[in-house]
Amino acid sequence: MSVIGVLALQGDFREHANVLRTTGCEAKEIRLPEQLDSIDGLIIPGGESTTIVQLMDSFGFINRVKQLARGGMPIWGTCAGMIVLAGKLMGDRPEPLGLIDIEVERNAFGRQIDSFETMISVPVLGSEPFKGVFIRAPIITLIGSGVEIIATIDNQQVVAAKQNNILVTSFHPELTDDPRFHEYFSTMISGVGN
Amino acid sequence: MDQGTWLVKTGLAQMLKGGVIMDVVDADQAKIAEDAGACAVMALERVPSDIRKDGGVARMSDPSMIEAIKKAVTIPVMAKARIGHFVEAQILQSLGIDYIDESEVLTPADESNHIWKHDFTIPFVCGCRNLGEALRRIGEGAAMIRTKGEAGTGNIVEAVRHARSVLGEINKIQSMNESELMAIARDMQAPFDLVEQVHKTGTLPVVNFAAGGIATPADAALMMQIGVEGVFVGSGIFKSDNPALMANAIVKATTNYENPDILAEVSRGLGDAMPGLDVRTMPIEEQLAQRGW
Repeated sequence: MSVIGVLALQGDFREHANVLRTTGCEAKEIRLPEQLDSIDGLIIPGGESTTIVQLMDSFGFINRVKQLARGGMPIWGTCAGMIVLAGKLMGDRPEPLGLIDIEVERNAFGRQIDSFETMISVPVLGSEPFKGVFIRAPIITLIGSGVEIIATIDNQQVVAAKQNNILVTSFHPELTDDPRFHEYFSTMISGVGN
Repeated sequence: MDQGTWLVKTGLAQMLKGGVIMDVVDADQAKIAEDAGACAVMALERVPSDIRKDGGVARMSDPSMIEAIKKAVTIPVMAKARIGHFVEAQILQSLGIDYIDESEVLTPADESNHIWKHDFTIPFVCGCRNLGEALRRIGEGAAMIRTKGEAGTGNIVEAVRHARSVLGEINKIQSMNESELMAIARDMQAPFDLVEQVHKTGTLPVVNFAAGGIATPADAALMMQIGVEGVFVGSGIFKSDNPALMANAIVKATTNYENPDILAEVSRGLGDAMPGLDVRTMPIEEQLAQRGW
């Protein structure tokens, strides 16, 4: 059984762990860098990206996570997690880890009053639409050549993407009762094992 | 595309979990809070300890001051409306605030009715002293709950009392037989469907933070270990000797709340915390937590 770590510095890490457990994975909350040693994949959850980056920096996570990513460990960032993993941000903070070749705009739809839910098409999950919950959500404004688009809204705004072992979504599959995105991420992990 | 849904309103509170929401009175303080790792700021004209000192009627803040804070930071900005003052809430929604705190720290505008929060697109957080009060607020549409504590005192005792009360009552309801739920709903004066939901899930239907009296990293970690999901810090930061240091220490303590080595490390050399007040010697009419029902 694969063990998936959920970065538990701030945000909705418990919701990710709960969904992972329903898909038959072991979920482990990660609060210190040494806990990264015993996992097969990592989720950086939704939360406040400035807070998460600040805490990753103070507790010594940044270089360790970069090493693991470069070593091929699957890492998935949702919303704030996508901002953390991005190559570049529009705006001057926080400083992202640069693990996926995308440019991201924070709070791209506006403030909380503009937050929304909508059904989106995600071909890698099958033909059934997926409920996208967008909360002060970021979008991907530029993508590099090696990046695969996983989902868009109205064929315009890119809201999910993947580059090798790095997956990002600007919405929150962990807030729905649909486990398909978590199942998809766990196949990325078993793919590494093979 | 659906906006202002229950999932979107409660979802933002989910994103704040494990974090610290800090009271700030201007753009400079907001930046200090954001740099220190705050997951949101509460924009208000005076922190609770000053409201307490100044007396008089405390109202919603000036929109230009709230907008200056919104411009200064990228994290969510909350602001307070008086209990029952739905027009202040309409104004805050029009300003594009991310969350409204219907707060006992301001002078109540309606002694019978709280704001009917379902009418709004933006979410509300409300204070409570016990589970019945929490469920009444959720029934009115609150998408997040916090303990009332006793704001502006730097004294954690009331926040502990209220958190223990809410969490203890949840355990009690969870272990009850279904046939006892109507009687407990009557005793708590809580909506029956929400009592039933607590019985089934063993948790509040929304995120639950602590507020009121948190002044040190240890206070924040105490509330987290008791079982809340994050903390509001009002006067505790900008009334301490070194706000940036205190703010960052409380953020770290809220994350690693179960790790005494880290708590010891972040508690070192912070200077004086805010001056405290003894709630036991305070006349009941000065206790802000008594406001609202």
